[in-house]
Amino acid sequence: MSEPVTTLPTPMRVEYAFTAGLAQSRYLQGIAEGKFIGQRCPKCHQVYVPPRGSCPTDGVATTDDVVLGNAGTVTTYCVVNVPFQGQSIEIPYICAQILLDGANIAFMGLIQEVPPDQVRMGMRVEAVWVDPSEWGPTMTSVKYFRPNGEPDAPYESFAKYL
Amino acid sequence: MSPASSKPVRPVAVVSVAQSRSVRREDHRNEVEILMPVVTEVFAKIGVTKNDMGFVCSGSTDYLVGAPFSFVSALDAVGVWPPMRESHVEMDGAWALYEAWTLLQEGELDTALVYSFGRSSPSDLRRVLALQLDPYYLAPLWPDPVALAALQAQALIDAGRATEGDFAAVAARSRRDALGNPNAQVAKDQAPEELLADDYVVAPLRRHALPPITDGAAAVVLAAGDRARDLVERPAWITGIDHRIETHALGARDLTASPSTALAAEEAGVFERWGSGSGAVAVDVAELHTPYASQEGVVRHALRLADSVAVNPSGGPLAANALMVAGLLRIGEAAQRIMDGSAGSAIAHATSGPCLQQNLVCALAAEPDGKGS
Amino acid sequence: MAESDVLRAPHVLEYPYLRSLGPVLGAFFTGLRDGRILGARSADADGTPTVVVPPTEYDPATGRDVGELIEVGPGGVVTTWAWVSEPLEGQPLDRPFAWALVRPDGATTAMLHAVDAGSPEAMASGMRVVPRWRPAEARTGTLLDLACFVPEGAG
Repeated sequence: MSEPVTTLPTPMRVEYAFTAGLAQSRYLQGIAEGKFIGQRCPKCHQVYVPPRGSCPTDGVATTDDVVLGNAGTVTTYCVVNVPFQGQSIEIPYICAQILLDGANIAFMGLIQEVPPDQVRMGMRVEAVWVDPSEWGPTMTSVKYFRPNGEPDAPYESFAKYL
Repeated sequence: MSPASSKPVRPVAVVSVAQSRSVRREDHRNEVEILMPVVTEVFAKIGVTKNDMGFVCSGSTDYLVGAPFSFVSALDAVGVWPPMRESHVEMDGAWALYEAWTLLQEGELDTALVYSFGRSSPSDLRRVLALQLDPYYLAPLWPDPVALAALQAQALIDAGRATEGDFAAVAARSRRDALGNPNAQVAKDQAPEELLADDYVVAPLRRHALPPITDGAAAVVLAAGDRARDLVERPAWITGIDHRIETHALGARDLTASPSTALAAEEAGVFERWGSGSGAVAVDVAELHTPYASQEGVVRHALRLADSVAVNPSGGPLAANALMVAGLLRIGEAAQRIMDGSAGSAIAHATSGPCLQQNLVCALAAEPDGKGS
Repeated sequence: MAESDVLRAPHVLEYPYLRSLGPVLGAFFTGLRDGRILGARSADADGTPTVVVPPTEYDPATGRDVGELIEVGPGGVVTTWAWVSEPLEGQPLDRPFAWALVRPDGATTAMLHAVDAGSPEAMASGMRVVPRWRPAEARTGTLLDLACFVPEGAG
């Protein structure tokens, strides 16, 4: 034991009681019912999903719930090839920004059932949910998005959401 | 030679202050939802909007939420569109205010929004705050802030500088004064003798000597020169502001004194402006960010406050202590008393780190040259 | 929505940090593993010699580089203390104990640690304490190689 000490393990662990807040709780309860629920800003009338309780451009509370469908457009995407610790999805996989029909902001989702080299901006997709008996207030209720066969959305229809 | 940054090149004032009601637990609203009405109110009081702000600066810490970049989503409470000049400090909002004040000194911008928020309820605060300590020599032992404050309190007792009775007197006075503050969390009238029957949490600190655990948010608007006079009749002018820090090596410090507070006060012009012949500083109000009752005496002494100075008429951090907010609120509470005419001069103090390790002193007055009225 | 509908969930943040120590801190922790407390020779702004324990890379008062490391203690003096009747998770002892700043003999600063005194009546500033070391084979170069301090002369 004559080697000098050169490192020191300093593990840390802290426990929190996380609160989703009013808007995110509303969204997750919608997920538990198999629905994507956004909220509309009373000032600019944009629909945000997932809602966070505030309009990011006006700084006012978003008020009205808007139930959105399962269809949307891929605005942009990337193909993940890099392995990392904690990875649960087999590489390569496609991570995309998905603009649901009726929403004014895209959110991140997993794309499956299409080879990576066939994914493109404007691709029309639909949400694939787990079995309704397994729906809960958690994003694992949504398995992934897959192409829905519709013709690609024109660039102009989503350009401002990039 | 004093650094030029501590005394203003350009007069900047606090023109609006707003805060949420300090509560033990805000667990149905998240940080954005707590902050939004506070930001709305701070603007409404002076008839401005976010579009009138040249700069936005916030103070908060991700460690309270347990999520990285949590402060970014808080910007939704302001609505930073079109894009605004913005900054954040992983510190109490008092330091966000210091950054905003510094930027306004440059002359390009005339207004700034400063806000801070902190929910202490989601975590075991005593464990979370151990993470701010030296990671090699202190944090591995997980000493909590109460334990560290207790070490300082015992040192004061050993040096004959304070007694447990003094701590109880500070706690009793603070919470009694808080009865006049609708935003305070802990407000009651109890005699110091009653308080001395409390159990020790970490001796020599009894429960009453500790700050409450608080969730809250606050916002302040700063404005420069004529812009400040356009917005309110009686701006609370910042005549000096400075921040000094001591070593983080706890055992290398004199815990019975606060040399960083004294130096910050000196650099902020407190002694020059308000020190009388005897050296005692006579201002109308002092709002001190001393969360433990044992610490008030240390900071009073460092600031050379005359006995006549009203300390923490708001109730101070012993009545409401939202982490990351309590320091900004000291500036806000002091400023409000100047704006409403009940004070002509004030000192606000904010602290960070264990046992008053670093300290910010902000001098405020009804006139930019420091004169009260 | 009703407050009762707001969702809450436990969330754990956990990281297995491994920190590199460098020559000064590395020497201190090597010393602990070997059952010794080391301090760094330094000096105040006015030139008065000091010995900084635990050693920092730079002098805490002047910011200058510190000098050589020397052995201090093992015994020392309690400069202040505080009694914990309900220890928290991760703290050095799981029974009531005293936090203390202990200035080892030969040092001019103090280090934070626990004193296993049994009761607050056994504690006083100015008292002498000595280290209780973990058994040599269990020491790996961490602060708790020195399990705690105990009153000097105690059994």
